[in-house]
Amino acid sequence: MIAIEPLAATRNACKLCAPLGACLALRGVAGAVPFLHGSQGCATYIRRYLISHFREPVDIAVSGFSEATTVFGGGDNLRSGLNNLARQYHPELIGIATTCLPETIGEDVGHLLHDFHPDSDAPFRTIHVSTPSYKGTHVDGFHATVKALVEQLAEGGPANGSINVFPGMVSPADLRYLKEVFDDFGLVPILLPDYSETLDGPQLEEYQNIPAGGTPVADLCAMGCARASLEMGRTMADTGTAAASLEDKFGVTRRKLGWPVGVLESDRFFTTLSEVSGRPTPEKHAKERGRLVDSYVDAHKYVFGRRAIVFGEEDLVVGLTAFLAEIGVQPVLCASGGESGRLVEAVKSVAGDAAEEIVVKGGMDFATMGEVARGLAPDFLIGSSKGYSVARELDVPLIRVGFTIHDRIGGQRILHLGYRGAQQLFDAVTNALLARAQERSPVGYSYQ
Amino acid sequence: MNILEERKPQVYRKGAEPFQLDCNKQSVAGSVSQRACVFCGSRVVLYPIADALHLVHGPLGCAAYTWDIRGALSSGPQLHRLSFSTDLREMDVIQGGEKKLAKALCQLIDLHHPKAAFVYSTCIVGVIGDDVEAVCRQVGAQKGIPVLPVHSEGFKGTKRDGYRAACEALLQLVGTGSTDGIGPVSVNILGDFNLAGEVWIIRDYFEKMGVEVVATITGDGRIDDIRRAHGAALNLVQCSGSMMHLAKQLEEKRGIPFQRVSYFGIEDMAQALYDTAGFFADKSPGIVGRTAALVSQELAVIMPQIAQYRRKLEGRKAAVYVGGAFKAFSLVRALRQLGMDTVMVGSQTGLREDYDELRELCDEGTIIADDSNPLELSSFLQEKQVDLFIGGVKERPIAYKLGVGFCDHNHERKEPLAGFLGMLNFAREVYNTVASPVWKLTPRGAARYRS
Repeated sequence: MIAIEPLAATRNACKLCAPLGACLALRGVAGAVPFLHGSQGCATYIRRYLISHFREPVDIAVSGFSEATTVFGGGDNLRSGLNNLARQYHPELIGIATTCLPETIGEDVGHLLHDFHPDSDAPFRTIHVSTPSYKGTHVDGFHATVKALVEQLAEGGPANGSINVFPGMVSPADLRYLKEVFDDFGLVPILLPDYSETLDGPQLEEYQNIPAGGTPVADLCAMGCARASLEMGRTMADTGTAAASLEDKFGVTRRKLGWPVGVLESDRFFTTLSEVSGRPTPEKHAKERGRLVDSYVDAHKYVFGRRAIVFGEEDLVVGLTAFLAEIGVQPVLCASGGESGRLVEAVKSVAGDAAEEIVVKGGMDFATMGEVARGLAPDFLIGSSKGYSVARELDVPLIRVGFTIHDRIGGQRILHLGYRGAQQLFDAVTNALLARAQERSPVGYSYQ
Repeated sequence: MNILEERKPQVYRKGAEPFQLDCNKQSVAGSVSQRACVFCGSRVVLYPIADALHLVHGPLGCAAYTWDIRGALSSGPQLHRLSFSTDLREMDVIQGGEKKLAKALCQLIDLHHPKAAFVYSTCIVGVIGDDVEAVCRQVGAQKGIPVLPVHSEGFKGTKRDGYRAACEALLQLVGTGSTDGIGPVSVNILGDFNLAGEVWIIRDYFEKMGVEVVATITGDGRIDDIRRAHGAALNLVQCSGSMMHLAKQLEEKRGIPFQRVSYFGIEDMAQALYDTAGFFADKSPGIVGRTAALVSQELAVIMPQIAQYRRKLEGRKAAVYVGGAFKAFSLVRALRQLGMDTVMVGSQTGLREDYDELRELCDEGTIIADDSNPLELSSFLQEKQVDLFIGGVKERPIAYKLGVGFCDHNHERKEPLAGFLGMLNFAREVYNTVASPVWKLTPRGAARYRS
C-alpha cells in the first residue's frame, strides 16, 4: 500500500478562527461590545457567521487596519475606534480581541490600552485578549477570552456563596437550562459567558444598542469571591484556564466536569451539584431522568448497533459520544477541527464498550471526513450543519446539533445538556432513523 | 439618533441644499460598518468560476467564512463550492508560507484537475512577505494551467479594491483563448453571479434575440469561456462597481465597447435588452422587433400577477441598504413599480456619481446613507416607519428585531430576482414578508395596527 502524503491544505474546515470565539464569549457579558483590532473584513465575516446561526443582531466593532496602519501600527485606530464605539453604544465594557494582522506586526495591545484614556463622558472598562487566527480554533479563542475576562476583572473579597460556572460553547437554550438547574438546587451561579438572552432575545419596540442580558460585570468582578468554580468540558486544559486562574489567585476551588450530555454524564453533573448544594437532585429533574430512561427502553431496538459519525467542537464530540454509547449506537468516527491533543483520551473515557471501535481524529476537515467516512458505513451523522455535504454524499441523515446551524432555524434553541437535552437528542436521533427507514420502504407504512 | 460626528457628512436627507455626501473613503474606526474587506471583494467576484481552484492563502478564518455561502449556481462543475485554505500556523507565519502554498497548490491541482487556480492573499501574507507571484508562476509552469495570484490582502483598501484585484486576475485570462467561431452579434455578461440561476434567465433572453453569449463573468463561469471573452462584440456590465475595471480595460486594450445594464426590475431589464438590440441593429436585422416581441411576451405573463401584488403593496414604505449603489437604483424603480416608496436608501461602496443619480431618483425627505451601520440603520427604520427593508444577512436581524419585513437581495439568496420572472419573484417575496400576519403579534407591529 502506498502511503498517502497528508495534504498541506485544509479543505472545508471543521473549525473557525479564534476571534470568532472571542466575539461569541464577549456577547455573553452584560453591556459589553466586542471590538476586533484588525481588518474590517474580520468583523464583518464573523458577524454574518454568528447572525446566520443565532438570527440576532451581532454588532462587532473593528479598528480597521489600512496599509498605513499596518506599517506604522494601529494605536491611533484603536483609540479612535474605542472612543467612537463608546459614543455610539455607551458600553460598560469593551472587549478587544486581536486578529492575525496586529499579532503578526507585533502590536502590543496591552501597552496601548494602558496608555489609553477614553475621551467619552461615559466611562467604560476594557479587557483584551490575544486571538491570532493562526493559533488554535474558535474554541481556543472562546476559552482565552473567558480567561482574559476573569484575569482582568475578577477580584477577591469576602466569600459570597455563589458558584462560578464556565459552561463552554453551549447553546443559549443550554445556558437557560443550566441556570434553571442551579436555581432548583438553591445555588446561585455566575455563568460566564451567558449569551442566553443576548443571542436569543425577544422582539423589540425600540432597537437596543446592546441587547439585554449577559453576565453582569459586577458579578464577573466578584468571581474571586465564589465558593467554587465548575468548569465544563473534558478537553479543557488542566492549567491556564479561567477556573485555574481563580484557584491560583483567590483560592476558589475548581471542579472539572464533562458536558452533561446523556444520562451518565448528566448523572455526574447532578451528583456534583448535590454535593455542592448539600441537597438531593430535585424531583423535577429525577422525573426527567426517569422519563428519559423509559424512552431509551421504548426505542432501544431502533438505535442499537447503528453507526454514527460525530463531529464538531471537541467537548461537544465527547458529550455526544457519551450519549450515543449509552444508547447502543456505535460511534465510528469522532472528529473535530480542534487540536487540543486531549480528544482521544476524553472520548475513550466516556465511550465505555464502544471505545474500541472508534476512530478519534482531531485537526480533521470535512473533505477528509468525507473520504474516511466512505469506508465506515455510517447510518447517520451528528454535528453542525456544515456536515451537510458529507451527509449528502453518503446519503445518510444529518442530525443537526451544536454550532453552527446555517441551513435550518432554531440552532440557538437546541438543548443538548442534562436529562432534558438528552431527551431531545434521543428523540431526534431515533426519529431520523425511523424516518429514513420509512422513506426507503417501497410501499410505505403508517405504523411503527 | 446620535450619528458620529465623522459620519455626518455620509448621511443626506433629500431636500437639504447644497447636496453633500461623502463617500468612497475608509470606514470610521469603531463605527461597526457593514462593509467587508479587500479579500471579500475579490472572493465574491471570482467565487462563481466553477472549474477553477480557489485557494485562500492565510490562516483558516478567511476560507472558512466563505465556504459555500453564495447562491452562485453552476451548470457543471462544483469545485467553486469547496473551501481551500493553506491554514497558516504560527510556524508558517514565522518561517514564511511559500513552501506550504506550493505544496498545497500542487496537491490540490493533482486532486481536482482544475482549469485554473486563483490564489487569494489574505492580510498576513502581505505582512510576512511571501512571494505569492513567484509560487504561482512556478506551479503554473509545472502543472500547465494558469495559476493566478489575487492581491486581496484585507487591509489594502476597501472591498472596491478587492473587485479591482479580481478584475486584474481575470485580465490575465482574457485573450489567452481562441476566438474562432464567435459571431459578430455576441456579448459577454459581466457582473451577474448566477445567484439562483439568474444568468440562465438572462442568457435565454439574449439567445431568443439572436445574441450569442460568449462568456458569463463570473456567474456559471468557466475558465475557457473567460479566455476567449475578447472575441465578443460587446460587454454588458451589471454590478458596475465590481466589473467596471474589467470592462474599461477590455475597451481600452481590446477595443470592446461596453454598456451598463441592470437586470432587476421591469424597466431596467427591458432597457438592457433594448440597448443591446440597438447596439446590434445594423448587424442583426430584425433584432429590435424580436426584442420587443420578447419583452411583451414576458410582460404579458407577469404583469397581471404583479398588478395584484401592487394592489396589496401600494403606499407601503421601503428602506434599501445594499453593497453597490447601482443595484439600489434598480431596487428603487422596482419598488416604485409595486407602488412602494423608498424612504431610505444606502450602499456600502457607492461613488459620488452613484449618489447623484440616487438623489435624482428619490423623493423628498428620503435618507441617503453611505457606509452605514446597525445603529443608524435601525434608527432610520424606526423614524421612517418602514414596512420593508431590503439588504443582506447583516441587515436582516436589524429589520426582524424591529418587526419589519425583509427581502434578501444579497449573494446568499436562493430565489432568482433578475429578469422578468425575477421581478415577479421579487413582488411575491415582498408581498410574502410585508403581508405576513406575524407582524400583528410583535410589539411595534401591534402598535402600528392599532393606529
